[in-house]
Amino acid sequence: MSMFKIFDVSGSAASAQTQRLNVVASNLANADTVAGPDGKAYKARQVVFQTLMMGEATSAGVQVSDVIESGDPGRRVHDPKHPQADADGYVTYSNVSPVEEMVNMISASRSYQNNVEVMNTAKGLLLKTLQLGQS
Amino acid sequence: MQRLTQALDFQSQALVLRAERQRLIASNIANADTPGYQAREMDFANALRQATRTASGRELAVTHAGHAAGGFGPGEVPELLQARHSQDAIDRNTVDLDRERASFADNSVKYEATLRFINGSVRSMLDAMKSANQG
Repeated sequence: MSMFKIFDVSGSAASAQTQRLNVVASNLANADTVAGPDGKAYKARQVVFQTLMMGEATSAGVQVSDVIESGDPGRRVHDPKHPQADADGYVTYSNVSPVEEMVNMISASRSYQNNVEVMNTAKGLLLKTLQLGQS
Repeated sequence: MQRLTQALDFQSQALVLRAERQRLIASNIANADTPGYQAREMDFANALRQATRTASGRELAVTHAGHAAGGFGPGEVPELLQARHSQDAIDRNTVDLDRERASFADNSVKYEATLRFINGSVRSMLDAMKSANQG
């Protein structure tokens, strides 16, 4: 019933965005990873958001329901001198698209900021409510 | 006694609904990146009318224990509507972040205004109770 629920709602969203940012960091870090001896390179990961109802109909938080791996084929580069090159002289890199990840990163950080601002406003209003009837 | 609190009743109902709407908008902002989330909005004027039916003098007849006596009890929420949206997203998310942020700012200001109205009426009541030589 009270505005305290806003911290749960926005907090869950901020936490979900943090997980998204974490995944972006992993993807970007592994952008140039090559396939090991098993021929499997790093696959780009992505989080899946889901609405999480918190008690009443007006409080809808967010949760990460799943982390999925991209099925796109990895980037293949012809480099016969590379130690990890296969019989045809090709090296398989991870399928991470750095441009997509940068866009994802900006989007996640903006959404995070939005939720922080919501929490700050709610905090200000609650503090003013606490002073009701004084002064 | 009722005269004293009647003005406060209306404002406190308005304050509760403002807090409710604040939470609803926070939920919409939290779910700005959730696929399939449908943004919701509250018809504030209608909800306030519903909540203050008793305060307006037209009391509802309560002839049965299960009848509601106007206003919202704990856990009851005003009717929620689907928010308008200007652009269709490919993930069926209907949150218009610009509009939500505007609504959030608007609602924050009005929440604070309601707080001031309550503070004002409390102060005038206290002033009226003071004797002339009390300053």
